[in-house]
Amino acid sequence: MKLEIVTPDKHVFSGEVISVNVPGTEGAFGVLKDHAPIIATLKKGVIVVIDENKKELAFDIGGGVVEVLKNHIIVLAE
Amino acid sequence: MANLKEVRNRITSVSSTQQITNAMKMVSAAKLRKAQSAVISLRPYADKLQHILRDLCSVADPSQAIFSTQRDIKNVLIIAITSNRGLCGPFNANVVKKVTKEARETYKDYKVSVISIGKKADDFFRKSDLHIFGSNLPRRLHMLYDNLNYESVASVASNIMDNYLEGDFEKVILVYNRFKNASVQILTSEQFLPVLPPDTDGESKLSTDYIFEPTKEEIVEELIPRSLKIQLYRAILESYAAEHGARMTAMHKATDNCTEMIRDLKIKYNKARQAAITNEIIEIVGGAEALKG
Repeated sequence: MKLEIVTPDKHVFSGEVISVNVPGTEGAFGVLKDHAPIIATLKKGVIVVIDENKKELAFDIGGGVVEVLKNHIIVLAE
Repeated sequence: MANLKEVRNRITSVSSTQQITNAMKMVSAAKLRKAQSAVISLRPYADKLQHILRDLCSVADPSQAIFSTQRDIKNVLIIAITSNRGLCGPFNANVVKKVTKEARETYKDYKVSVISIGKKADDFFRKSDLHIFGSNLPRRLHMLYDNLNYESVASVASNIMDNYLEGDFEKVILVYNRFKNASVQILTSEQFLPVLPPDTDGESKLSTDYIFEPTKEEIVEELIPRSLKIQLYRAILESYAAEHGARMTAMHKATDNCTEMIRDLKIKYNKARQAAITNEIIEIVGGAEALKG
């Protein structure tokens, strides 16, 4: 599963991941492999990523939007 | 010959000018690289955002969103983006000319106001008879360049959007130089508000069923302001990169001209020196002849 996190100023993260937890405006949710396509807005919070080496990474965001399509996750963060 | 000294002084002054223009060229080259990388790093974000918006617009009708409804146009706002500093060829003059032209020709039947980002446009429009808009906009927009980042540009953009919503104007245009490469800038004027619906080309009727959280209308409402902020940020970054490109080219030409001038002056100097020496010899020989006789 491929994850990309981009902000207007830079590419924050790009790579293979096992799971992603994002702070949706309607409540936080996790994305695993083969998740249904979704577009959701995000609120201020933390994105928790578990990468292929089972390492946990955290990114602070101030809102944004996430799109999941065919095991490709794009997070546009601020 | 008094001329000799004059020419020598000219040579000194021209070569010190050359040093300055050469230094400015170097500085601009370095800044250009930085500005260019900022433009490039914004691109993935802008493209992805555009992509998501397009996907959304194929399922949700964006024309109902607050920023995309067409209203009767009475007041037009033109945002002129220039640099803070001069010495970059026709860069700023082009923007100023274009804005004036838009105001006097394209939108002559409407009430046009101008806001300027960058001191150069500010100086010009303050003196011109065009109406300057800015009663409740942040002052001193040229300060943006001191620390160019997304947050500060975003706050300016949302300020403009607020004013738009309050009905101060019905159409907003951006005029700026788009960066093509170091020596080419493309003067652009594009519509900022109301938002033009993204090109769906008719072909990409969304193939996948997305889950929307919250509803797609709400997402559109949330994404459009964001894409507007990005649009303004991108325009400013492009203009910033273009400015340094323009200055680099202008200073390169100036340096070349200096070299040319110094060459001409050197020839002139040597000629004058030769003439002086010849004159002296003639005087000495003439004097010696006179003594003999």
